[in-house]
Amino acid sequence: MKKIVFKRPESLKKEPFRYCPGCGHSLIHRLIAECIDSFGIRGKTIGIAPVGCAVFAYDYFNIDMIECAHGRPPAVATGIKRTRPDKIVFSYQGDGDLAAIGTAEIIHAANRGENISVFFINNANYGMTGGQMAPTTLLEQYTSTTRSGRKPEIHGYPLRIAELLSTIEGTSFVIRTAVNSHKNLMNTKRAIEKAFRYQIEDRGFSLVEILSQCPVGWKMSPEDSLKWVDETMSKIFPLGVYKDKFKEAD
Amino acid sequence: MAKIVAVTGNEAVANALRQVNPDVCAAYPITPQTDMMQRFSGFVSDGKVKTEIILVESEHSSMSACVGASAAGGRVITATSSQGLALMNEILYIASGTRLPIVMPVVNRALSAPLNIHGDHSDAMGARDSGWIQLWSENAQEAYDNTIQAFRIAEHMDIRLPVMICLDGFIISHSIERIEYLEDEQVQNFVGEFKQLYPLLDLAHPVSYGPLILPDYYMEFRKAQAEVNTKVPEVVLDVAADFEKISGRKYGLFETYRLEDAEIGIVILNSAAGTTKDVIDEFRNKGIKAGLLKPRLYRPFPYVETGEALKHLKALCVLDRADSFGSSFSPVYMDIASSLYPYNDKPILINKIYGLGGRDYLPEHAEIVLNELIDIAETGNVKSYKEYIGVRE
Repeated sequence: MKKIVFKRPESLKKEPFRYCPGCGHSLIHRLIAECIDSFGIRGKTIGIAPVGCAVFAYDYFNIDMIECAHGRPPAVATGIKRTRPDKIVFSYQGDGDLAAIGTAEIIHAANRGENISVFFINNANYGMTGGQMAPTTLLEQYTSTTRSGRKPEIHGYPLRIAELLSTIEGTSFVIRTAVNSHKNLMNTKRAIEKAFRYQIEDRGFSLVEILSQCPVGWKMSPEDSLKWVDETMSKIFPLGVYKDKFKEAD
Repeated sequence: MAKIVAVTGNEAVANALRQVNPDVCAAYPITPQTDMMQRFSGFVSDGKVKTEIILVESEHSSMSACVGASAAGGRVITATSSQGLALMNEILYIASGTRLPIVMPVVNRALSAPLNIHGDHSDAMGARDSGWIQLWSENAQEAYDNTIQAFRIAEHMDIRLPVMICLDGFIISHSIERIEYLEDEQVQNFVGEFKQLYPLLDLAHPVSYGPLILPDYYMEFRKAQAEVNTKVPEVVLDVAADFEKISGRKYGLFETYRLEDAEIGIVILNSAAGTTKDVIDEFRNKGIKAGLLKPRLYRPFPYVETGEALKHLKALCVLDRADSFGSSFSPVYMDIASSLYPYNDKPILINKIYGLGGRDYLPEHAEIVLNELIDIAETGNVKSYKEYIGVRE
């Protein structure tokens, strides 16, 4: 009998990913689905799909999901979790969603210490609309709206969400990871697991910021985009745990 | 000399904005508008305009930035679609109530939920009572021409109101058409230098914008705003007459097509009017007296002129690419019904909803409607006053 060493998580539908070649979204979807499976919570997990590249997240996750207005997932998650506290609620948001149009919602959900898990995908540009500058775009980075590179005096600075949210008292677990190498993928999976576990244990608000390669938006080959995460992006957005309120209890 | 080009609606409007060279632009991407502001930001990067561009974090902020920039005395633009326009809603009223001549192309798209990115008029219909002037455009040429004229209308000293230029998402914004560009100099001469009116920080003439006005004066303020709206149609016609001189293209408050001697008619906005005109020609060839009215200045709506243009018909259908839930009929229908109400002799009026969320509007849809109108005109019998067409039942 053949031993099965790799299979589709039950929390993913039998639907091929339609993301661009080399994009990090499909990897992150899979990691989240594996964690939902491993906790055995597929039957009680509710996901929130963003507006952005991952707008079709509900086509892939084999769980109930709700699509809401751009930037509002943390508020909608709050409503779901307060109504059904026994359910596991996560939002999946990009940088246009969470770090631009929805900054008010994420800050206040974090400040209320809502018992939800937020997966924040930072790819340093607005991918879906065609690679425009995002608040997370690096200085000097070319985008379709910063053709001479991002200039701080005109466009401001890259917004560091993990650092920002870690200063808010209401947050429990804030971490930044990446999905550009096997090691980083495993770290991201552990972070996603912890974010779900904290919610299951009623430990409050978790945010996992995940640096995700966007070869099409960055105008790079998939391979170069993996390197760029290490060599350039993570210099501005350093990986690591920014806050873990229950570290000692663990 | 006019330059003839093949461009998309978004590209044409972006080029009009480049030719005007406004002082400030606040932008936030949203499909299907994104490409328009992205092209404009390219003009900024390439030094083709002197515009200060602000890449903001949401449409609520883009319109707020426009309010600030306009109150400070700049010629100001932004552009949006759908959810972006909905998110601006609060600030739309502030822009018009503060009488700020902001110009904003709106690339029409359906509203959530369910999420849909395609052409539909629900977005601009939701803003039709916001106090903005609305000019609607059948094709890329009209969108380009309306954009240039919008600055003159908005900035007219008797008006000073913001203007939206509506064009159909994807159908016009992303389709390539033959259009004629004016020369940059012609456009600049046409729109002229921006004239400030009560700008902030004019120390010799200090002002406050948008102060708290309670029951003592609020109603007088609103009445003054309503009265300004009555002056808009005349200004729109004056500007159109000047525009004709440089372009040779004629614009009115609305366009009529084979309507004068018609017995049956269709009222329809934007791109679907083009399809309908072709079908009207076919019916005319068969000896059927059919005609069309396509609103251009939809807000403020020219009730008297529209009623006069339509009153002689026997049967009339208003086709709308948006519904108005909870009111019995769709937005344009209600305006047409109001325009015809004063007349004793008036057409039998029916209402069809078509093309929501980008559903195709095909010549056969216009044929079905015209055949139904023939029947109504002959018999006076109406089987349904309001109906969705091109829909699975």
